[in-house]
Amino acid sequence: MSEEKYLVDIRHEQLSFFTSAGEVKALNDVSIRMKEGEVLGIVGESGSGKSVTAYSIMGLTAQNGRIVGGSVEFNGHRIDEMKEKELRKIRGSEVSIIFQDPMTSLNPVWTVGNQIEESIRLHTEKRGAEVRKRARELLELVGINEPEKRLGQYPHELSGGMRQRVMIAIALACEPKLLIADEPTTALDVTIQAQILELMQDLKKKLGMGIIMITHDLGVVASMCDNIAVMYAGEIVEYGTTDDIFYRPMHEYTKGLLRSIPKFHEKDYERLIPIEGQPVDLLNPPKGCGFAPRCQSCMKICLAKKPPRTDFDGLHYSRCWLLQKEEFLKNREGELSHV
Amino acid sequence: MPKYIAKRVLMALVTAFLVATLTFFVMNMVPGGPFLAEKAVTPQAQAAMEAKYGLDKPLHVQYLTYMSGLLHGDFGLSLKKRGRTVAQIISTKFPVSARLGGIALLVAVFFGVPFGSVAAFNRGKAVDNVLVVFSTAGIAVPSFLSSTLLMFIFTTKLNLLPSLGLKNPQSYIMPVIALSLYPASYIARLMRSSMLDVMGQDYMRTARAKGVSNFMSIFKHAMRNAILPVITYLGPLLASLMTGSFIIEKIFNIPGLGSEFVGAITSRDYPMIMGTTIFLAVFIIAMNVIVDITYAIVDPRIKLR
Repeated sequence: MSEEKYLVDIRHEQLSFFTSAGEVKALNDVSIRMKEGEVLGIVGESGSGKSVTAYSIMGLTAQNGRIVGGSVEFNGHRIDEMKEKELRKIRGSEVSIIFQDPMTSLNPVWTVGNQIEESIRLHTEKRGAEVRKRARELLELVGINEPEKRLGQYPHELSGGMRQRVMIAIALACEPKLLIADEPTTALDVTIQAQILELMQDLKKKLGMGIIMITHDLGVVASMCDNIAVMYAGEIVEYGTTDDIFYRPMHEYTKGLLRSIPKFHEKDYERLIPIEGQPVDLLNPPKGCGFAPRCQSCMKICLAKKPPRTDFDGLHYSRCWLLQKEEFLKNREGELSHV
Repeated sequence: MPKYIAKRVLMALVTAFLVATLTFFVMNMVPGGPFLAEKAVTPQAQAAMEAKYGLDKPLHVQYLTYMSGLLHGDFGLSLKKRGRTVAQIISTKFPVSARLGGIALLVAVFFGVPFGSVAAFNRGKAVDNVLVVFSTAGIAVPSFLSSTLLMFIFTTKLNLLPSLGLKNPQSYIMPVIALSLYPASYIARLMRSSMLDVMGQDYMRTARAKGVSNFMSIFKHAMRNAILPVITYLGPLLASLMTGSFIIEKIFNIPGLGSEFVGAITSRDYPMIMGTTIFLAVFIIAMNVIVDITYAIVDPRIKLR
């Protein structure tokens, strides 16, 4: 089989934050491959490493964070080997990002126009009136009315949904190959959420860029994504197509996530089932499976050893000892007794 | 904006009136009088002097006389400097204090803002620690101590700088240092904490994600936001520096308004006290209006009403 070209090719990435309390192992052997124009959803709870994974594609880690193992490749660049100065040329041009909170992500003391034009000037040859024209086009593209007037306004004069549209306009200024959307709708009203998601799908069709959608909202990923990575404690615990994840979930955490979505079509009154317990402390990562302490089907081996990868049809894989049961039943029955 | 300025001018007039009234009566409640310190004053001579300046009349008459004079722009005659009007004295003394204070302000901003920013960028490192120690010392050391220390080193020991007056540019050096030490340290501390705050803001991350260089993200995105608390502080600072420091003017023998004001109070030079107080009140209000306007220009979220 010939080597396929990927837009994003992360292999066994390990990333740690070095804090005064010690090394926080935020990512532990994360591998992701994504083709051009694909939409990947990364799902997980706070601190699972979903944002860190995506940010590392543009070399945008906090000061004390460092890739300590593996490789990160994006659009032919080895991100983990690049210097800050080289990364700057890629950021905003080949890969862009929109953040969770549009209220605070725009600089309050500069006009919207200024902040869009800044991106255009940084990465293109356009100058003067051309820059202004492009900025106006971008605002039209993201569905903002009266673009000429908006360019002269300050962020505080716009609503939340409008500001997120401006953020998207900034991100698309140089037609990036990849757009990272870090919980782009979390801070918005539900009605506005739908509008923004619709806009993103629309733009994807028009511009054909790849999107990484970081979210803890399974509803968002279901409607938008081709593939989904479920992350827990700095690892991908399950990966597959959207159908795989929703109809054939293999990992206990994924199943738990799906159980905690409200279902409206069920006739019977049904309680939501929360996942009990707290996320792991990555300062002292567990020896075994990160989810084991919260898992209903936890076995002795889960606490002692990291589960290997189990592959299913196509891209679908998961890391869980339960899936290895058959392999093990043959000779190591003792280790599989439930605790 | 014009409406705002008109409103502030009107408020300034009301404030000036209140300040004048309050000062007038409080001043007269303090025991003592302008002619008590003079040698061999016979009761007749004192009575004659008081009659000449109208001090023998009842207080409310004196008040009305003064206020009507004030309405005509007349600050009256100094009781101590015979033959000179209060207006003359203020107009010769104020520029001296204002020039010195203005230079000190520029120096304070020129050093305070970059030092504070540098400390913030190097948070927790040696540079930061050194700057924090120095700025704390700058706030803690009183100006009479820093001026005497400066004088001891540069005049007594090294014989480099003149210790008295403001005859040549060199003679500005020590009073400016002594005067700007506190505000420079204070601005550095303000700047450090507000820069740290700004650096953690989401829009700084946005700037980084856009591929903005470090230099531009500091000067374009961070500075304008971080400088806002400093601008707020500049209002009262400008007023206090430009109206003269009694201590610094006394130590360096500078003929400024600060020492004149305190001198007027101790010698009960009533018209001089009144004139200076009203002048300072109006000046302080004016400086605050200027700062408010600057603030609104730097921060578009502020609307002046």
